[in-house]
Amino acid sequence: MTVDVLYFAWLRERIGVPRERIETSAPDVAGLVEELRAREERYALAFSDLSAVRVALDQELATLDAPLAGVREVAFFPPMTGG
Amino acid sequence: MTPHIRVQSEPFSPGEALEGIGAGAAGVGAIVSFTGIVRDLPGGGLLRMEIEHYPGMTERAIGEIADQAVSRWGLADCLVIHRYGALLPGETIMMVGTAAPHRADAFAAAEFLMDYLKSRAPFWKREVTQEGARWVEALDEDEAALGRW
Repeated sequence: MTVDVLYFAWLRERIGVPRERIETSAPDVAGLVEELRAREERYALAFSDLSAVRVALDQELATLDAPLAGVREVAFFPPMTGG
Repeated sequence: MTPHIRVQSEPFSPGEALEGIGAGAAGVGAIVSFTGIVRDLPGGGLLRMEIEHYPGMTERAIGEIADQAVSRWGLADCLVIHRYGALLPGETIMMVGTAAPHRADAFAAAEFLMDYLKSRAPFWKREVTQEGARWVEALDEDEAALGRW
């Protein structure tokens, strides 16, 4: 399946792009992260500490074990600092 | 009622934004507002605060948080404005406004909104100084603050 993957804040800086379209066969978010990590060093660096990474699926907060079936947009970002 | 949500880069006047809140709603007895200001670093030195957000999800997440506040505290009106982009120290960064029959509900709803906007609305702050830039880290206490609701 094809998903749009978005990165924000320091994840965007480390990976070097704000978004990209990715072909994946991962069943869940954790699987997608593993695929990304295996791609290049910059991904491995960005995803080195998963406790500092949050994810949203189609603009709803989700967890790493969430399934990807039917998802069109995956976003990775650090803990939010609004307000 | 539908909360009024504004996500924008432009400056705004909190006073003007509050005008009309709760107007026309029956039984309003209290209006509470909170305005957040870009705080300089201790001793100064903050050149600007850059705020990144996730267009689309931001409006959606704030909308869900505001809907919860409205139903939980029976708000007659609810306003949330949050800016993004580059802001200078002293600039208004965001505000919430709540209107309710009684003040306790208006205050509680405003605090709830603030706690949730801090760690559940997709904004990321970056402090820029002469020495460079750094992403503001989320605090454990901000996450813990959600526990009281």
